[in-house]
Amino acid sequence: MDFFNILGDKLISTLFDVFPIAVIIFGFQFLVIRKRVPHIKKVLIGMFYVLLGITFFLLGLEQALFPVGRMMAEQLTNPEFLETVRITTGALHWQDYYWVYIFAFAIGASTTIAEPSLIAVAIKANEVSGGSISIWGLRIAVALGVAVGISLGAYRIVIGAPIHYFIISGYVIVVIQTFYAPKTIVPLAYDSGGVTTSTVTVPLVAALGLGLAETVPGRSALIDGFGLIAFASLFPIISVMSYAQLSAWWARRGNESE
Amino acid sequence: MSYFNQPVLAFLKSMMGSVRDLAPIILVIGFFQLFVLQQPLENVGSLLSGVFFVIIGLTFFIYGLEMGLFPIGESMAHAFARKGSVFWLLTFAFSLGFGTTVAEPALIAVADEAAKVAARSGHINNHMDAMNSYSTGLRYTVALSVGFAIVIGVLRILKNWPIHFMIMVGYVMVIIMTAFAPDEIIGIAYDSGGVTTSTITVPLVTALGIGLASSISGRNPMLDGFGLIAFASLTPIIFVLGYGMIV
Repeated sequence: MDFFNILGDKLISTLFDVFPIAVIIFGFQFLVIRKRVPHIKKVLIGMFYVLLGITFFLLGLEQALFPVGRMMAEQLTNPEFLETVRITTGALHWQDYYWVYIFAFAIGASTTIAEPSLIAVAIKANEVSGGSISIWGLRIAVALGVAVGISLGAYRIVIGAPIHYFIISGYVIVVIQTFYAPKTIVPLAYDSGGVTTSTVTVPLVAALGLGLAETVPGRSALIDGFGLIAFASLFPIISVMSYAQLSAWWARRGNESE
Repeated sequence: MSYFNQPVLAFLKSMMGSVRDLAPIILVIGFFQLFVLQQPLENVGSLLSGVFFVIIGLTFFIYGLEMGLFPIGESMAHAFARKGSVFWLLTFAFSLGFGTTVAEPALIAVADEAAKVAARSGHINNHMDAMNSYSTGLRYTVALSVGFAIVIGVLRILKNWPIHFMIMVGYVMVIIMTAFAPDEIIGIAYDSGGVTTSTITVPLVTALGIGLASSISGRNPMLDGFGLIAFASLTPIIFVLGYGMIV
Protein backbone atom coordinates (compact mmCIF):
# COMPACT_ATOMS: atom_id res chain seq x y z
CA MET A 1 0.00 0.00 0.00
CA ASP A 2 2.92 2.28 0.73
CA PHE A 3 3.92 2.27 -2.92
CA PHE A 4 0.50 3.56 -4.01
CA ASN A 5 0.74 6.38 -1.49
CA ILE A 6 4.09 7.49 -2.88
CA LEU A 7 2.81 7.15 -6.44
CA GLY A 8 -0.29 9.18 -5.55
CA ASP A 9 1.79 11.94 -3.91
CA LYS A 10 4.07 12.12 -6.93
CA LEU A 11 1.11 12.24 -9.31
CA ILE A 12 -0.43 15.10 -7.34
CA SER A 13 2.80 17.11 -7.24
CA THR A 14 3.27 16.59 -11.00
CA LEU A 15 -0.33 17.73 -11.53
CA PHE A 16 0.47 20.92 -9.59
CA ASP A 17 3.53 21.55 -11.79
CA VAL A 18 1.54 20.99 -14.98
CA PHE A 19 -1.53 22.94 -13.84
CA PRO A 20 -0.40 26.42 -15.01
CA ILE A 21 0.51 25.02 -18.44
CA ALA A 22 -2.89 23.34 -18.78
CA VAL A 23 -4.66 26.56 -17.75
CA ILE A 24 -2.75 28.56 -20.37
CA ILE A 25 -3.31 26.04 -23.16
CA PHE A 26 -7.01 25.45 -22.55
CA GLY A 27 -7.67 29.07 -21.58
CA PHE A 28 -6.35 30.30 -24.92
CA GLN A 29 -7.96 27.43 -26.76
CA PHE A 30 -11.47 28.19 -25.47
CA LEU A 31 -11.34 31.97 -24.99
CA VAL A 32 -9.19 33.16 -27.90
CA ILE A 33 -9.08 30.50 -30.59
CA ARG A 34 -12.63 29.28 -29.89
CA LYS A 35 -12.39 26.30 -32.18
CA ARG A 36 -12.60 22.66 -31.32
CA VAL A 37 -9.28 20.87 -31.03
CA PRO A 38 -8.99 18.23 -33.76
CA HIS A 39 -9.01 14.68 -32.28
CA ILE A 40 -9.60 16.11 -28.80
CA LYS A 41 -10.02 12.70 -27.23
CA LYS A 42 -6.72 11.41 -28.56
CA VAL A 43 -4.94 14.61 -27.49
CA LEU A 44 -6.31 14.36 -23.96
CA ILE A 45 -5.29 10.71 -23.66
CA GLY A 46 -1.86 11.67 -24.97
CA MET A 47 -1.50 14.43 -22.37
CA PHE A 48 -2.55 12.02 -19.66
CA TYR A 49 0.19 9.62 -20.82
CA VAL A 50 2.72 12.47 -20.66
CA LEU A 51 1.65 13.19 -17.09
CA LEU A 52 1.77 9.53 -16.12
CA GLY A 53 5.14 9.17 -17.85
CA ILE A 54 6.72 12.09 -15.99
CA THR A 55 5.31 10.81 -12.69
CA PHE A 56 6.82 7.33 -13.08
CA PHE A 57 10.02 8.77 -14.50
CA LEU A 58 10.59 11.07 -11.49
CA LEU A 59 9.52 8.38 -9.04
CA GLY A 60 12.07 5.95 -10.48
CA LEU A 61 14.83 8.56 -10.65
CA GLU A 62 14.32 9.55 -7.03
CA GLN A 63 14.19 5.98 -5.84
CA ALA A 64 17.10 4.56 -7.82
CA LEU A 65 19.38 6.84 -9.76
CA PHE A 66 19.64 10.04 -7.74
CA PRO A 67 20.70 8.43 -4.42
CA VAL A 68 23.30 6.25 -6.15
CA GLY A 69 24.53 9.12 -8.32
CA ARG A 70 24.87 11.47 -5.35
CA MET A 71 26.64 8.85 -3.26
CA MET A 72 29.08 8.15 -6.08
CA ALA A 73 29.78 11.85 -6.59
CA GLU A 74 30.58 12.12 -2.88
CA GLN A 75 32.80 9.04 -2.86
CA LEU A 76 34.75 9.98 -5.98
CA THR A 77 35.58 13.43 -4.60
CA ASN A 78 36.40 12.09 -1.13
CA PRO A 79 40.07 12.82 -0.21
CA GLU A 80 40.48 9.28 1.21
CA PHE A 81 39.52 7.74 -2.12
CA LEU A 82 41.71 10.22 -4.00
CA GLU A 83 44.72 9.24 -1.84
CA THR A 84 44.37 5.64 -3.01
CA VAL A 85 44.32 6.42 -6.74
CA ARG A 86 46.63 9.45 -6.91
CA ILE A 87 49.42 9.64 -9.48
CA THR A 88 51.46 12.58 -8.13
CA THR A 89 53.19 13.07 -4.79
CA GLY A 90 52.90 15.81 -2.18
CA ALA A 91 49.71 17.87 -2.17
CA LEU A 92 46.84 16.75 -4.40
CA HIS A 93 47.23 18.08 -7.95
CA TRP A 94 44.53 18.50 -10.55
CA GLN A 95 45.74 15.33 -12.32
CA ASP A 96 44.78 13.23 -9.29
CA TYR A 97 41.13 13.91 -9.94
CA TYR A 98 41.21 11.91 -13.20
CA TRP A 99 38.41 9.55 -12.10
CA VAL A 100 36.23 12.58 -11.46
CA TYR A 101 36.74 13.82 -15.04
CA ILE A 102 36.05 10.35 -16.46
CA PHE A 103 32.93 10.04 -14.31
CA ALA A 104 31.79 13.53 -15.34
CA PHE A 105 32.23 12.59 -19.00
CA ALA A 106 30.45 9.24 -18.69
CA ILE A 107 27.56 10.43 -16.53
CA GLY A 108 27.09 13.55 -18.72
CA ALA A 109 26.88 11.49 -21.90
CA SER A 110 24.67 8.72 -20.51
CA THR A 111 22.15 10.97 -18.76
CA THR A 112 21.82 13.13 -21.88
CA ILE A 113 20.95 10.06 -23.97
CA ALA A 114 18.04 9.40 -21.58
CA GLU A 115 16.87 13.04 -21.42
CA PRO A 116 13.17 13.13 -22.49
CA SER A 117 13.19 16.69 -23.85
CA LEU A 118 16.17 15.92 -26.08
CA ILE A 119 14.33 12.88 -27.46
CA ALA A 120 11.36 15.16 -28.21
CA VAL A 121 13.47 17.71 -30.08
CA ALA A 122 15.35 14.97 -31.97
CA ILE A 123 12.06 13.42 -33.15
CA LYS A 124 10.88 16.82 -34.42
CA ALA A 125 14.22 17.65 -36.07
CA ASN A 126 14.21 14.31 -37.87
CA GLU A 127 10.65 14.90 -39.09
CA VAL A 128 11.21 18.51 -40.21
CA SER A 129 14.53 17.83 -41.94
CA GLY A 130 12.92 15.03 -43.96
CA GLY A 131 15.18 12.46 -42.31
CA SER A 132 18.52 14.10 -43.15
CA ILE A 133 19.15 14.68 -39.42
CA SER A 134 19.01 11.30 -37.74
CA ILE A 135 17.53 11.02 -34.24
CA TRP A 136 20.55 9.13 -32.92
CA GLY A 137 23.06 11.35 -34.73
CA LEU A 138 21.69 14.40 -32.96
CA ARG A 139 21.36 12.68 -29.59
CA ILE A 140 24.94 11.40 -29.68
CA ALA A 141 26.30 14.77 -30.84
CA VAL A 142 24.52 16.52 -27.96
CA ALA A 143 25.60 13.84 -25.47
CA LEU A 144 29.25 14.28 -26.45
CA GLY A 145 28.91 18.04 -26.04
CA VAL A 146 27.46 17.67 -22.54
CA ALA A 147 30.15 15.11 -21.64
CA VAL A 148 33.00 17.41 -22.68
CA GLY A 149 31.29 20.39 -21.06
CA ILE A 150 30.84 18.73 -17.67
CA SER A 151 34.38 17.30 -17.58
CA LEU A 152 35.76 20.73 -18.37
CA GLY A 153 33.47 22.24 -15.74
CA ALA A 154 34.75 19.74 -13.16
CA TYR A 155 38.34 20.62 -14.12
CA ARG A 156 37.51 24.31 -13.64
CA ILE A 157 36.23 23.67 -10.11
CA VAL A 158 39.40 21.71 -9.26
CA ILE A 159 41.83 24.38 -10.51
CA GLY A 160 39.57 27.23 -9.35
CA ALA A 161 39.68 29.34 -12.52
CA PRO A 162 36.98 32.00 -13.03
CA ILE A 163 34.00 30.61 -14.94
CA HIS A 164 33.56 33.53 -17.33
CA TYR A 165 36.89 32.88 -19.09
CA PHE A 166 35.60 29.47 -20.15
CA ILE A 167 32.11 30.62 -21.08
CA ILE A 168 33.34 33.61 -23.09
CA SER A 169 35.84 31.40 -24.98
CA GLY A 170 32.92 29.06 -25.69
CA TYR A 171 30.89 31.98 -27.06
CA VAL A 172 33.76 32.95 -29.35
CA ILE A 173 33.93 29.40 -30.73
CA VAL A 174 30.14 29.37 -31.28
CA VAL A 175 30.29 32.69 -33.16
CA ILE A 176 33.14 31.55 -35.41
CA GLN A 177 31.45 28.20 -36.10
CA THR A 178 28.16 29.92 -36.96
CA PHE A 179 29.79 31.45 -40.04
CA TYR A 180 31.13 28.13 -41.32
CA ALA A 181 28.44 25.62 -40.32
CA PRO A 182 25.64 24.63 -42.77
CA LYS A 183 22.89 27.27 -42.41
CA THR A 184 20.05 24.87 -41.65
CA ILE A 185 21.72 23.45 -38.52
CA VAL A 186 22.35 26.76 -36.75
CA PRO A 187 18.92 27.30 -35.08
CA LEU A 188 18.72 23.63 -34.04
CA ALA A 189 22.26 23.78 -32.63
CA TYR A 190 21.41 26.89 -30.58
CA ASP A 191 18.31 25.09 -29.26
CA SER A 192 20.20 21.98 -28.27
CA GLY A 193 22.03 23.97 -25.62
CA GLY A 194 18.81 24.47 -23.68
CA VAL A 195 17.23 21.05 -24.02
CA THR A 196 20.08 19.04 -22.58
CA THR A 197 19.70 20.04 -19.02
CA SER A 198 16.41 19.10 -17.49
CA THR A 199 15.04 16.20 -15.48
CA VAL A 200 17.89 13.71 -15.39
CA THR A 201 21.04 15.73 -15.86
CA VAL A 202 20.55 18.69 -13.52
CA PRO A 203 20.23 16.83 -10.17
CA LEU A 204 23.14 14.46 -10.87
CA VAL A 205 25.41 17.17 -12.22
CA ALA A 206 24.56 19.55 -9.39
CA ALA A 207 25.53 16.82 -6.89
CA LEU A 208 28.90 16.38 -8.61
CA GLY A 209 29.60 20.12 -8.60
CA LEU A 210 28.65 20.44 -4.94
CA GLY A 211 30.72 17.38 -3.95
CA LEU A 212 33.79 18.75 -5.72
CA ALA A 213 33.43 22.28 -4.36
CA GLU A 214 33.06 20.94 -0.81
CA THR A 215 36.15 18.73 -0.85
CA VAL A 216 38.70 20.55 -3.02
CA PRO A 217 40.75 22.76 -0.66
CA GLY A 218 40.09 26.47 -1.10
CA ARG A 219 36.73 26.15 -2.91
CA SER A 220 33.41 27.29 -1.53
CA ALA A 221 30.39 25.08 -2.20
CA LEU A 222 28.12 28.08 -2.48
CA ILE A 223 30.17 29.92 -5.08
CA ASP A 224 32.16 27.26 -6.98
CA GLY A 225 29.41 24.61 -6.89
CA PHE A 226 27.52 26.51 -9.57
CA GLY A 227 28.45 26.64 -13.21
CA LEU A 228 28.44 23.00 -14.34
CA ILE A 229 24.99 23.41 -15.90
CA ALA A 230 26.25 26.42 -17.84
CA PHE A 231 29.02 24.25 -19.31
CA ALA A 232 26.49 21.53 -20.12
CA SER A 233 24.31 23.96 -22.03
CA LEU A 234 27.09 25.68 -23.98
CA PHE A 235 29.13 22.79 -25.35
CA PRO A 236 26.29 20.96 -27.16
CA ILE A 237 25.92 24.04 -29.41
CA ILE A 238 29.54 23.54 -30.47
CA SER A 239 29.27 19.76 -30.84
CA VAL A 240 26.03 19.87 -32.89
CA MET A 241 27.54 22.40 -35.31
CA SER A 242 30.69 20.27 -35.53
CA TYR A 243 28.52 17.23 -36.29
CA ALA A 244 26.85 19.10 -39.17
CA GLN A 245 30.20 20.42 -40.43
CA LEU A 246 31.71 16.94 -40.35
CA SER A 247 28.79 15.34 -42.18
CA ALA A 248 28.82 18.11 -44.82
CA TRP A 249 32.57 17.63 -45.26
CA TRP A 250 32.09 13.87 -45.47
CA ALA A 251 29.39 14.26 -48.14
CA ARG A 252 31.60 16.66 -50.16
CA ARG A 253 34.52 14.24 -50.04
CA GLY A 254 32.25 11.44 -51.24
CA ASN A 255 31.11 13.55 -54.20
CA GLU A 256 34.62 14.54 -55.19
CA SER A 257 35.92 10.99 -55.29
CA GLU A 258 33.10 9.84 -57.55
CA MET B 1 -0.55 -16.79 -34.01
CA SER B 2 -0.37 -13.48 -32.24
CA TYR B 3 -1.77 -13.29 -28.74
CA PHE B 4 -1.24 -9.54 -28.57
CA ASN B 5 -3.13 -6.90 -30.42
CA GLN B 6 -1.45 -4.04 -32.26
CA PRO B 7 -1.28 -1.37 -29.49
CA VAL B 8 0.23 -3.78 -26.96
CA LEU B 9 2.95 -4.77 -29.43
CA ALA B 10 3.68 -1.11 -30.22
CA PHE B 11 3.90 -0.34 -26.50
CA LEU B 12 6.29 -3.24 -25.88
CA LYS B 13 8.41 -2.08 -28.80
CA SER B 14 8.74 1.46 -27.47
CA MET B 15 9.47 0.03 -24.02
CA MET B 16 12.44 -1.79 -25.51
CA GLY B 17 13.52 1.59 -26.88
CA SER B 18 13.41 3.05 -23.35
CA VAL B 19 15.47 0.14 -22.02
CA ARG B 20 18.11 0.95 -24.64
CA ASP B 21 18.00 4.67 -23.74
CA LEU B 22 18.63 3.89 -20.10
CA ALA B 23 21.27 1.20 -20.53
CA PRO B 24 24.24 3.65 -20.69
CA ILE B 25 23.42 5.11 -17.24
CA ILE B 26 23.18 1.64 -15.71
CA LEU B 27 26.51 0.66 -17.29
CA VAL B 28 28.28 3.81 -16.08
CA ILE B 29 26.97 3.47 -12.52
CA GLY B 30 27.70 -0.26 -12.44
CA PHE B 31 31.23 0.18 -13.75
CA PHE B 32 32.18 2.91 -11.30
CA GLN B 33 30.59 1.17 -8.36
CA LEU B 34 32.19 -2.24 -8.95
CA PHE B 35 35.55 -1.43 -10.56
CA VAL B 36 36.53 2.07 -9.43
CA LEU B 37 34.97 2.49 -6.00
CA GLN B 38 34.95 -1.30 -5.51
CA GLN B 39 31.87 -1.33 -3.38
CA PRO B 40 28.87 -3.59 -3.69
CA LEU B 41 25.57 -1.98 -4.64
CA GLU B 42 23.20 -1.55 -1.74
CA ASN B 43 19.43 -2.03 -1.97
CA VAL B 44 19.57 -3.83 -5.30
CA GLY B 45 15.83 -4.50 -5.08
CA SER B 46 14.76 -0.88 -4.78
CA LEU B 47 17.35 0.07 -7.39
CA LEU B 48 15.91 -2.39 -9.90
CA SER B 49 12.32 -1.37 -9.27
CA GLY B 50 13.33 2.29 -9.62
CA VAL B 51 14.95 1.59 -12.97
CA PHE B 52 11.78 -0.23 -14.01
CA PHE B 53 9.67 2.86 -13.13
CA VAL B 54 12.00 5.10 -15.13
CA ILE B 55 11.58 2.81 -18.16
CA ILE B 56 7.77 2.78 -17.82
CA GLY B 57 7.78 6.55 -17.37
CA LEU B 58 9.94 7.25 -20.40
CA THR B 59 7.77 4.95 -22.53
CA PHE B 60 4.52 6.67 -21.53
CA PHE B 61 6.09 10.10 -21.98
CA ILE B 62 7.21 9.46 -25.56
CA TYR B 63 3.92 7.76 -26.39
CA GLY B 64 1.93 10.73 -25.08
CA LEU B 65 4.29 13.24 -26.69
CA GLU B 66 3.32 12.26 -30.22
CA MET B 67 -0.33 11.68 -29.32
CA GLY B 68 -1.03 14.82 -27.30
CA LEU B 69 1.71 17.37 -26.69
CA PHE B 70 3.05 17.84 -30.24
CA PRO B 71 -0.41 17.93 -31.89
CA ILE B 72 -1.84 20.50 -29.45
CA GLY B 73 1.22 22.76 -29.81
CA GLU B 74 1.06 22.64 -33.59
CA SER B 75 -2.71 22.95 -33.89
CA MET B 76 -2.61 26.07 -31.70
CA ALA B 77 0.20 27.56 -33.79
CA HIS B 78 -1.82 26.96 -36.97
CA ALA B 79 -4.96 28.41 -35.39
CA PHE B 80 -3.13 31.57 -34.29
CA ALA B 81 -1.58 31.94 -37.75
CA ARG B 82 -5.02 31.66 -39.39
CA LYS B 83 -6.56 34.06 -36.92
CA GLY B 84 -3.89 36.57 -37.85
CA SER B 85 -3.91 38.41 -34.52
CA VAL B 86 -0.32 39.20 -33.59
CA PHE B 87 -1.44 40.59 -30.23
CA TRP B 88 -3.03 37.31 -29.08
CA LEU B 89 -0.17 35.24 -30.45
CA LEU B 90 2.37 37.28 -28.49
CA THR B 91 0.20 37.20 -25.37
CA PHE B 92 0.05 33.42 -25.67
CA ALA B 93 3.83 33.25 -26.21
CA PHE B 94 4.48 35.35 -23.12
CA SER B 95 2.06 33.37 -20.92
CA LEU B 96 3.55 30.09 -22.05
CA GLY B 97 7.09 31.21 -21.24
CA PHE B 98 6.21 32.89 -17.95
CA GLY B 99 3.70 30.29 -16.75
CA THR B 100 5.86 27.25 -17.39
CA THR B 101 8.90 28.79 -15.72
CA VAL B 102 7.60 30.45 -12.58
CA ALA B 103 6.60 27.11 -10.98
CA GLU B 104 9.56 25.11 -12.30
CA PRO B 105 10.99 23.08 -9.35
CA ALA B 106 14.59 23.28 -10.61
CA LEU B 107 14.33 27.06 -10.73
CA ILE B 108 12.91 27.29 -7.21
CA ALA B 109 15.86 25.24 -5.94
CA VAL B 110 18.42 27.40 -7.73
CA ALA B 111 16.79 30.65 -6.56
CA ASP B 112 16.93 29.50 -2.92
CA GLU B 113 20.62 28.60 -3.27
CA ALA B 114 21.28 31.98 -4.85
CA ALA B 115 19.67 33.74 -1.88
CA LYS B 116 22.03 31.84 0.47
CA VAL B 117 25.02 32.95 -1.60
CA ALA B 118 23.89 36.56 -1.55
CA ALA B 119 23.31 36.46 2.21
CA ARG B 120 26.67 34.86 2.98
CA SER B 121 28.59 37.38 0.91
CA GLY B 122 26.86 40.19 2.80
CA HIS B 123 25.03 41.34 -0.30
CA ILE B 124 21.65 41.15 1.41
CA ASN B 125 20.60 40.79 5.05
CA ASN B 126 21.08 37.37 6.60
CA HIS B 127 17.38 37.22 7.56
CA MET B 128 14.78 34.71 6.40
CA ASP B 129 12.63 37.59 5.09
CA ALA B 130 15.41 39.19 3.08
CA MET B 131 16.42 35.83 1.63
CA ASN B 132 12.85 34.91 0.72
CA SER B 133 12.19 38.17 -1.02
CA TYR B 134 15.52 37.90 -2.86
CA SER B 135 14.75 34.39 -4.12
CA THR B 136 11.17 35.27 -5.08
CA GLY B 137 12.43 38.31 -6.96
CA LEU B 138 14.95 36.18 -8.76
CA ARG B 139 12.30 33.61 -9.73
CA TYR B 140 10.01 36.25 -11.20
CA THR B 141 12.97 37.81 -12.99
CA VAL B 142 13.80 34.51 -14.67
CA ALA B 143 10.13 33.78 -15.50
CA LEU B 144 9.76 37.27 -17.02
CA SER B 145 12.91 36.74 -19.04
CA VAL B 146 11.62 33.43 -20.45
CA GLY B 147 8.26 35.02 -21.34
CA PHE B 148 10.16 37.83 -23.03
CA ALA B 149 12.38 35.29 -24.83
CA ILE B 150 9.44 33.39 -26.35
CA VAL B 151 7.87 36.71 -27.48
CA ILE B 152 11.13 37.77 -29.15
CA GLY B 153 11.52 34.31 -30.71
CA VAL B 154 7.96 34.36 -32.12
CA LEU B 155 8.49 37.89 -33.45
CA ARG B 156 11.64 36.65 -35.14
CA ILE B 157 9.65 33.93 -36.94
CA LEU B 158 7.01 36.48 -38.01
CA LYS B 159 9.50 39.13 -39.15
CA ASN B 160 12.16 36.75 -40.46
CA TRP B 161 15.00 38.29 -38.42
CA PRO B 162 18.33 36.41 -38.62
CA ILE B 163 18.78 34.28 -35.48
CA HIS B 164 22.58 34.20 -35.33
CA PHE B 165 22.73 37.99 -35.28
CA MET B 166 20.31 38.14 -32.32
CA ILE B 167 22.12 35.41 -30.38
CA MET B 168 25.43 37.23 -30.87
CA VAL B 169 23.93 40.47 -29.55
CA GLY B 170 22.85 38.42 -26.52
CA TYR B 171 26.38 37.01 -26.07
CA VAL B 172 27.89 40.50 -26.23
CA MET B 173 25.42 41.68 -23.57
CA VAL B 174 26.34 38.71 -21.34
CA ILE B 175 30.05 39.49 -21.70
CA ILE B 176 29.64 43.21 -20.97
CA MET B 177 27.36 42.60 -17.98
CA THR B 178 29.71 39.94 -16.57
CA ALA B 179 32.31 42.67 -16.15
CA PHE B 180 29.98 44.76 -13.99
CA ALA B 181 27.90 42.18 -12.09
CA PRO B 182 28.95 41.07 -8.57
CA ASP B 183 31.20 37.97 -8.69
CA GLU B 184 28.88 35.76 -6.61
CA ILE B 185 25.97 36.05 -9.04
CA ILE B 186 27.92 35.09 -12.20
CA GLY B 187 27.88 31.29 -11.76
CA ILE B 188 24.20 31.32 -10.81
CA ALA B 189 23.31 33.57 -13.74
CA TYR B 190 25.10 31.31 -16.22
CA ASP B 191 23.39 28.25 -14.74
CA SER B 192 19.93 29.82 -14.79
CA GLY B 193 19.95 29.62 -18.59
CA GLY B 194 19.98 25.85 -18.39
CA VAL B 195 17.42 25.18 -15.69
CA THR B 196 14.49 27.06 -17.18
CA THR B 197 13.57 24.65 -19.93
CA SER B 198 11.60 21.76 -18.48
CA THR B 199 10.41 18.47 -19.94
CA ILE B 200 6.94 19.78 -20.85
CA THR B 201 8.01 23.25 -21.98
CA VAL B 202 10.53 22.03 -24.55
CA PRO B 203 8.14 19.89 -26.68
CA LEU B 204 5.36 22.52 -26.49
CA VAL B 205 7.59 25.43 -27.44
CA THR B 206 9.28 23.43 -30.20
CA ALA B 207 5.90 22.45 -31.65
CA LEU B 208 4.77 26.08 -31.45
CA GLY B 209 7.80 27.32 -33.39
CA ILE B 210 7.63 24.63 -36.05
CA GLY B 211 3.84 25.00 -36.38
CA LEU B 212 4.22 28.76 -36.91
CA ALA B 213 7.09 28.44 -39.38
CA SER B 214 5.21 25.87 -41.43
CA SER B 215 1.95 27.84 -41.59
CA ILE B 216 3.51 31.16 -42.64
CA SER B 217 4.45 31.15 -46.33
CA GLY B 218 8.08 31.79 -47.12
CA ARG B 219 9.35 30.31 -43.84
CA ASN B 220 11.39 27.14 -43.64
CA PRO B 221 10.55 25.06 -40.52
CA MET B 222 14.16 23.93 -40.20
CA LEU B 223 15.59 27.48 -40.43
CA ASP B 224 12.81 29.40 -38.71
CA GLY B 225 10.99 26.86 -36.55
CA PHE B 226 13.86 26.14 -34.16
CA GLY B 227 15.46 28.79 -32.00
CA LEU B 228 12.79 29.53 -29.38
CA ILE B 229 14.57 27.41 -26.76
CA ALA B 230 17.83 29.16 -27.59
CA PHE B 231 16.32 32.52 -26.63
CA ALA B 232 14.75 30.98 -23.54
CA SER B 233 18.16 29.82 -22.34
CA LEU B 234 20.02 33.06 -23.14
CA THR B 235 17.75 35.82 -21.78
CA PRO B 236 17.70 34.43 -18.19
CA ILE B 237 21.49 34.91 -18.04
CA ILE B 238 21.13 38.56 -19.02
CA PHE B 239 18.17 39.21 -16.70
CA VAL B 240 19.80 37.51 -13.69
CA LEU B 241 23.07 39.43 -14.20
CA GLY B 242 20.92 42.58 -14.31
CA TYR B 243 19.10 41.51 -11.14
CA GLY B 244 22.45 41.02 -9.41
CA MET B 245 23.58 44.50 -10.43
CA ILE B 246 20.40 46.27 -9.28
CA VAL B 247 19.46 44.41 -6.07
